[in-house]
Amino acid sequence: MLEVRDLHAYYGKSHILQGVNFEIGDGEIVSLLGRNGVGRSTTAKAIMGDVPPNGSIVFKGEEIAGLKPHQIAQRGLGYVPENRDIFPALTARQNLLLGQKKAGKSGRWSMEDMFDLFPNLRERADVPGGVLSGGEQQMLTMCRTLMGDPDLVIVDEPTEGLAPRVVTQVGTLLEAIAARGISILLVEQKLAIALSISHRVYVMGHGRIVYEGTPDELRANEQIRREWLEV
Amino acid sequence: MFELILFSILNGLVYGLLLFMLSSGLTLIFSMMGVLNFAHASFYMLGAYFAFTMSGYIGFFPALIIAPIIAGLLGALVERYGLRHVHRYGHVAELIFTFGLAFLIEEVVQFFWGKQLQDYRVPEVLDFTFFEMFGNAFPAYKAFMLLVSIAIFVLLFAVLTRSRVGMIIQAAITHPNIVAMLGHNVPFIFMATFGVGSALAAIAGVIAGPVLGTGPAMAFELGTIVFVVVVFGGLGSLSGAFVASIMIGLIQTVAVALDVSVSDFFGLFGMSFSPDDFLVDVWTITLPQIAPIIPYLMLVLMLIFRPQGLMGKRES
Ligand SMILES: Nc1ncnc2c1ncn2[C@@H]1O[C@H](COP(=O)(O)OP(=O)(O)O)[C@@H](O)[C@H]1O
Ligand SMILES: [Mg+2]
Repeated sequence: MLEVRDLHAYYGKSHILQGVNFEIGDGEIVSLLGRNGVGRSTTAKAIMGDVPPNGSIVFKGEEIAGLKPHQIAQRGLGYVPENRDIFPALTARQNLLLGQKKAGKSGRWSMEDMFDLFPNLRERADVPGGVLSGGEQQMLTMCRTLMGDPDLVIVDEPTEGLAPRVVTQVGTLLEAIAARGISILLVEQKLAIALSISHRVYVMGHGRIVYEGTPDELRANEQIRREWLEV
Repeated sequence: MFELILFSILNGLVYGLLLFMLSSGLTLIFSMMGVLNFAHASFYMLGAYFAFTMSGYIGFFPALIIAPIIAGLLGALVERYGLRHVHRYGHVAELIFTFGLAFLIEEVVQFFWGKQLQDYRVPEVLDFTFFEMFGNAFPAYKAFMLLVSIAIFVLLFAVLTRSRVGMIIQAAITHPNIVAMLGHNVPFIFMATFGVGSALAAIAGVIAGPVLGTGPAMAFELGTIVFVVVVFGGLGSLSGAFVASIMIGLIQTVAVALDVSVSDFFGLFGMSFSPDDFLVDVWTITLPQIAPIIPYLMLVLMLIFRPQGLMGKRES
């Protein structure tokens, strides 16, 4: 599905990504773990073309490094930004509609599916996104991306700052996404849901992948956890 | 008095809505690019000149449609092949680019049409008195201007708040990267908005040319007032631009119509001035005399007391 080879990225002169390599198979849930500032979000943005990538990014057999962000999204890559970046002045429903790439064209997911998954969103469909709670905004950001019918979604820190009950909801949604055959790249700092839902995990440190394994292997590897994950 | 107020208000609305046709486009472009487009009123001028020349061949009404389309395409080209490249060198470079473009367009217009005012007239079918009241006539052409501007206003409002395109534009103004990563072609949306904004300015030029005059100075003359409008209303605020357009339109026409001076005001309280009183020239200045500077006075006061403008947000 996605193959990233020797990916470099820069902010001005600072060399943030220094040769990142990883891959995601069809229908696989993969987590990209690491402490704050190691370059996980930059990796996501470089894949989406939001930060100029240097290296090779092959998605569904096609080289996408160098394409514009909207072209990459059109090819079936979905991105859920960190910080719950909804459009605050638009209603929840309008936010969802903007997730559709063409008017009225829904693929695997319809507006009704979203409302069934999150009855809260149905109730608050016509209030401005800006007044929703943090958890509701996180759901809305994820659902907005799903409305574009991606084959792979990159979800950046969806549980950051959310109450434990909402974190569980996020985990449930991620599993519902995977159940429809969609691949997921989950960017996280905490291990909680990442270890319970992922098939494989990568750990990032200082702009490189420093560890690759299964959730069970990482659980057993105290040294890696202490060196690269625990704060 | 009643007819004076009625006619001033009508004229003020004509002028105010005309200002909004320019300030709305300028505001949208500012919101997207983050810079004031100094060449915006140049598209107003191009609209008037294109329509003047075209109406000689195809008539006024076809020109009313085609001149803005051409100006809009030119605007889109300017964004695509000019501003987009200058953008990477920062806001100052963009500002200077639009400044240069304004001068360039003025020179080109003078090159083809000369320095003199053009004989661009109200089309004959609209050259009659719409209604008359207390001996004052309201020309049909002004009623037509009012109609066109209101239609444009309603259309713009409907597109921006009711349509999917409008929602994408709103979202792209605040979150361009995220809108792009949802699969929308943001660079194209910016180019199209620039084009439509330029076309709106050109429509204003087509309909105002016969009334306000069609000459190489017209862009600068109206451009400065439009600049006042968008700063007064609050940079980037469409509703602010609307309120400020109408306010400045009304204030200017009412001020011209009300032939009163400070001494008249004091006269209400039984005071009067004699020709050799202290500063008598100041007390006898009439409102119409200072009408042209009122907008600039409003601008300066606004910048002192509320720098973000009527409805603008303060820069963070
Ligand atoms: N817009 C930016 N400009 C400059 N430096 C940035 C920018 N965004 C992130 N960085 C820097 O890049 C590094 C990686 O950031 P990021 O990818 O956001 O890390 P993570 O998502 O893993 O927390 C950090 O050192 C951060 O300070
Ligand atoms: Mg991050």
